[in-house]
Amino acid sequence: MSLPKPLMRGLLGKRLRFHLPIAFGLSLVAAIAFKYGVTEPRKRAYAEFYKQYDAVKEFNAMKEAGVFESVRPSGE
Amino acid sequence: MLASRALSLVGKRAISTSVCLRGGHGVAKVERYTLPAYFDRRENPLPDICYVENLSPVQASLKEKEKGSWAALSADEKIALYRISFHQSFAEMNQESPEWKTVVGGMFFLFGLTGLLVLWQRKYVYGPVPHTLDPEYKQKELQRVLDMRMNPVEGISSKWDYENKQWKK
Repeated sequence: MSLPKPLMRGLLGKRLRFHLPIAFGLSLVAAIAFKYGVTEPRKRAYAEFYKQYDAVKEFNAMKEAGVFESVRPSGE
Repeated sequence: MLASRALSLVGKRAISTSVCLRGGHGVAKVERYTLPAYFDRRENPLPDICYVENLSPVQASLKEKEKGSWAALSADEKIALYRISFHQSFAEMNQESPEWKTVVGGMFFLFGLTGLLVLWQRKYVYGPVPHTLDPEYKQKELQRVLDMRMNPVEGISSKWDYENKQWKK
C-alpha cells in the first residue's frame, strides 16, 4: 500500500504546454508547405501562361472549332 | 391492505423500491433503470452508488469498523472496503484489450459483404447508364472541352498540344 501519490493537479496545463507548441508548429509548417508547394507554382503558371497569350488568336481558334453560338465558323 | 399483502410476496428488498402505502393508493413502481447506476469510467471517478449494495455480514461489520479510526484498519481491510465501493480499479478499467482487432476485422468483413451486395445491385437492380457515358460520346465531349480551351492554365487544356493535335509529353 505504498504507491506514490498520483498527479492530481495541473493535468490540463501540462497537456497544453506539450501539445500547443506542436500544434502551432505543425500548422505553420502546413501553411508554408501549401504556400510554396501550391500557391507559388500556381502564380508562376498563370504568369507564364499570360506572357504568351494572344486572346484574338485563341478566339479565332475557338470560333473555327464551332463552340460559339453568336459567331459560327468561317465555313458556314 | 391488498398492496401490503402483495408487498410481503414480492419480498423485503422490494419495499424500498415499489408500492408506497400512503392513503391506500399505490405510487408507480420505481423501475431499476431510473435509479442511480454504478459504472467504471475514467471521467467519472466517484460513481453515484457503491458497487456492492447488499453487504454480507462480514462486509457490514467492516463498514462499522470503518466508522472508527482508519489507522486501525489493516491493509487487507482497506482493500476489502475499496472493493465494496468500487468494482474495478483505475488500472483494471484502463487496461487495453485486444478487442480492437475483432472490431477492425469485423469492419473489413462487413465492408466486403457490402461490396458484394453493391455489385449484385449494380448488375441486377439498376438499369443501363445514360447514353452520355458511351465511349463515342465521351470522345466528342473531350474534343469539345479542348475546343473551348477549358482550364487552359493548369487543367486539361494545358495538357493538350494544339499544334500537333496530341497530348503533351
